[in-house]
Order: sequence, then C-alpha cells, then structure tokens
Amino acid sequence: MEIRYWNKDIETADIKSIRSLQLQRLKAIIASALQTPFYKKKLPSVGINSPDDIKSLDDLRRIPLTSKDDLRQNYPKGFLAVDTSEVVRIHTSSGTTGVPTVIYLSAKDLDAATDIMARSIYATGTTKNDILQNMMSYGLFTGGLCMHYGAERVGMMVIPAAGGNTKRQVQLMKDFRTTVLHITPSYLLHVRSKLDEYGVNVGDLALKKAFVGAEPHSENTRKKIEGLFNIDAYNSYGLSEMNGPGVAFECVHKNDLHIWEDAYIAEIINPKTGEILPDGSEGELILTNLIRHAMPLLRYHTRDLAFLHTDPCPCKRTHRRLSRILGRTDDMLIINGVNVFPSQIEEVVMRIPEVGTNYQIYVEKEGALDRLVVKVELYSKIFLGEAKQIDNLKTKIADELRASITITPVIELHEPGMLPVFEGKAVRVVDNRPKL
Amino acid sequence: MAKQLHIFVENSPGRLKAITENLSKIDIDIRAFAIQDRGDFGLMKLIVNDPEKAHLSLADLGCACALKDVLAISVPDSPGNLHRLLTALAANKINIIDAHGFVLQPNKLGVCILEIENLAQTNAEKIVKDAGFEILDDAQLYSL
Repeated sequence: MEIRYWNKDIETADIKSIRSLQLQRLKAIIASALQTPFYKKKLPSVGINSPDDIKSLDDLRRIPLTSKDDLRQNYPKGFLAVDTSEVVRIHTSSGTTGVPTVIYLSAKDLDAATDIMARSIYATGTTKNDILQNMMSYGLFTGGLCMHYGAERVGMMVIPAAGGNTKRQVQLMKDFRTTVLHITPSYLLHVRSKLDEYGVNVGDLALKKAFVGAEPHSENTRKKIEGLFNIDAYNSYGLSEMNGPGVAFECVHKNDLHIWEDAYIAEIINPKTGEILPDGSEGELILTNLIRHAMPLLRYHTRDLAFLHTDPCPCKRTHRRLSRILGRTDDMLIINGVNVFPSQIEEVVMRIPEVGTNYQIYVEKEGALDRLVVKVELYSKIFLGEAKQIDNLKTKIADELRASITITPVIELHEPGMLPVFEGKAVRVVDNRPKL
Repeated sequence: MAKQLHIFVENSPGRLKAITENLSKIDIDIRAFAIQDRGDFGLMKLIVNDPEKAHLSLADLGCACALKDVLAISVPDSPGNLHRLLTALAANKINIIDAHGFVLQPNKLGVCILEIENLAQTNAEKIVKDAGFEILDDAQLYSL
C-alpha cells in the first residue's frame, strides 16, 4: 500500500526530535499563556514566570490541570491572550451549565489547525481527487467548519451539507458523486436505513470512505458501517477546546489513532489520584495545545478515558497512538454527536415556573439515532384547564432546552408527584442505549 | 353557566381510576365525562353534581385540575338539532375548542357541552339562545 504523507518530515520524525519540537513549542505557548488573565495568575503560583522557567518537558508536570469549570468561570475572555482584533474565529462548545466554553483562533492559529486537519485527512489516503460531503453541523461547533477548512486545504471539493435532511443528503451524494463522508456513526447508520426507502442502492453511490467521529463507537459499529456501505470508515478524535476533529486520526491501517504530538502534548492520568500513567495504561486523556496562541490551553482535562501506545504502525508514522475512547470521567452524554451535560438540562428545567423540581432524563435509540426524552412534572397550581396550555408549555420547555443544548428533546409532562422520588442519590439519567 | 372539571392525566394505566376513586370517596356523582387525548397525556373532563367540592378535593391531593366555564346546551334528541346549533355558531365565527354530548332522556333530551375559545369575550350565549336553545346551569344539569 502506498503511504501518502502531508508532512513526511514531521509525521515520521524520530521521537527525540518530536520531544525537542514539543519543548520549543511549549515554551512559546507558555509565553502566550502568560498574557492571559487566567494563566497570568496560575503560572507564577507554581514558579513559572517566563518561558525560561520551562527547562524540559518534565516541567510540564508543574503546571496545574485546567478544567471545563475553569473555562466556564473565566468566560468569555479569561483565557484570551491577544486583543480581539487579532482573532479571526471563535467556536463554542457546551458547558456544564448554560455558559458555554469558547475558543479563539488568530489567523496563524487557524492556519496551523487547518494544516493538522489536512494532515489527518491525508493520512486516510484521501486526496484532492476526492469529494467530501461534510455532514457535521456548521456554526459554533468545530466539527463542521474545521473539517471544511482542512478538506479545502487538501484541495478536495467540499459539499458543506451540514446535518439533517437525509433525503437531500442522499441526492447530493448521487448528484455530485461524493466519495467521502464526515459524519457521526449513528447518523451514517440512519442514512443506510433510509436508502431502501428512497429506492437508492449503495452501488448507485460513489462512496469510498467515511470519517466517523464526534461520538464514541465500537469496532463492531465500524465493521457494520463498512459492511453496509462497502466503504472504509476512519475513526477521528477531537474536541472543540483543542480545535476540533483533527487531534488524532486513523491512518489507512485503521489501527488506533495517530495523535499529532507536534501539535498536542498528550498525557494519561489516573482520574482519581491525578497520577501520570505510563503508555498502555487506561486513564483520562490530558491535552496541551501547542499550536494555538490566541487562547492557550495547558494540561486540559478532556474527561475522555483512553490509553496511549507506541506500537509501530506499518505507515511508519512515529507519533504515539490513541486508543478508541473507552468512556468518560464525568456524566456528559453524547447524543447524536452533540455533547450534553445533565446539569445543563437541570438548569433550564429549574427556571421554568410551570414545572416542578423533579425531572428525569432518558436517552434511547430510535432506529440508528439517539433520542433524548426529558420528563418533568406539571406544577399543579398553574394549570388552567386547557390542553393548549400544556402543548404550549411543552414547546416552551423544548425551545429553552434547545437554546441551551442545541438539540431538541422530546418533552414528557407528568402529573405532579408521578416521577420517582429518590431518598439517596437521585437517578436522574437513564441511558437505555446498548452499551458499546 | 355550567362548570366542567378538567383534570390533567398522563397516559398510563391506572391514572383515570385514581381520579374516579378519589371522587367516589367523597360521593361525587359523575353525570358525564369525556377525555381529550393528546398522546402522552390527556384531559379528563367531568360534569359532576358538585364541581367546587370535586375540584377542591382533587387539588388538595395535588392533582393539576381546573374548573372551566362551558356552555351546557339542552338539545332535543331528534335529527338535525345539533346541526342547527353548530350552524348558528359557525355563522358567527365562534370557535369550539372541544365538545361532548350525552343523552339525558332518549328521544327527548340531549345535552351538548361546548368549550368555546375565549368564551367570556364572545356573545356565544346570546347566539345559542337566539337560535332557540336553552342553556343550562349546574343546578339545572342536575335537576333534569
């Protein structure tokens, strides 16, 4: 198999050179971090007052971890290192409450992130001759735009289809002979179930590959997707806080994800003790972004559970590889690729006077897709006796939730006192989706 | 004007029974009932001998319920009468939200319960009377 590299020198550099590049870039990022209100306070408290205080990569361990909560408390500008006139793009991601987390990119940062994205795309054997249908949401979510930019950098023809409207998606695939999809695994399975309904055979399409991401999935799901569409499916990993989908990507060998170590420093810690674990041990992935200066983020808690390893890959890339995501250290739900925290739902439900304080969140499968059901109780004293009032209330709750979590849940209104009451720890979230 | 008791009930087994059980305990007589189905929930609508008492009792138990003004119209039980009533309302653009009917005396007397949109702001009562129908209040509904 011919292996194509986007940047052969860096992708196949010996590990010593990669570490040396990481140190050099870490020092530069520390210089930028010291410009931000947050790290300006945080770093001197551990004796880091200038980039020169970082002598080796081991000094990274002195830097305290940064969490989503830090981002929330310092929203919107506490992590910004430059004047907004230097910023060319922002993205946001769901926070644990109504406050989102925001990232800022300068023109240079965006260029660097785009290059990493292009490198990821290229590693799957995709070239400028391919046609990408990008079926991730555009807008504030990084999955759409960041992939779009990377694919354009490769020179592909990009169809910015975004999510939804499956019938039109299939029409686009037919009309423009789409060869590569960027999509969540659950939506891809849903598309397959719709093809028969539309009278379209897989053979009528020109699909060769899919980049699947934004939600954890098993090797079995990949196999199923590959079998159903007769394509290769490549796992991708990323998070908005780290510039989106190109943090780690599978190469043509589809054997775990190459994490781009010139752009990110990856560590695995024991989520309970914080102890740094050796390669091969499962724990929480901690990432330091080395290529974003407008908004530096050091040792960020991804809350994703995984492990890193150095097994040689036949593609000869030397960067360590990241396993599939094995779980989360928090209660974040991933619903059709969208990250949702139960606390976001609680915050919305609690401020709606027409419902009681008891609620439950159910997640289930409806065909290949996820369905979020929020069950709340009607507050008895506000009932005026009209069905329309209840219908309007359900719409209002759904609208307010959508404004916070970006997806529209099904609202179930229950009689006062009918949802289970818990004396100990309340079981608010019931995830009935099959385990991975 | 007649009062109808509206009770919010979720769509699951035993919920209607919970209502009737509580009403039977306080000797409420249900003269007529209907259910407005909305999928995962419904509204149970009751014409009872003592609407206030039934309402207070259910509200004390924490039920989401309310008393609504409705038009209880005496409609002779013979062909064409309901049509005549509805024609008069339609001609005056009165919107009916929900309705149910029951026969009190077969071949003689039926009652039509109408829930009218913005009832207080309409002249629905006058329209009904002008069309030759009698409007019943709570006491009349129970003395029939």
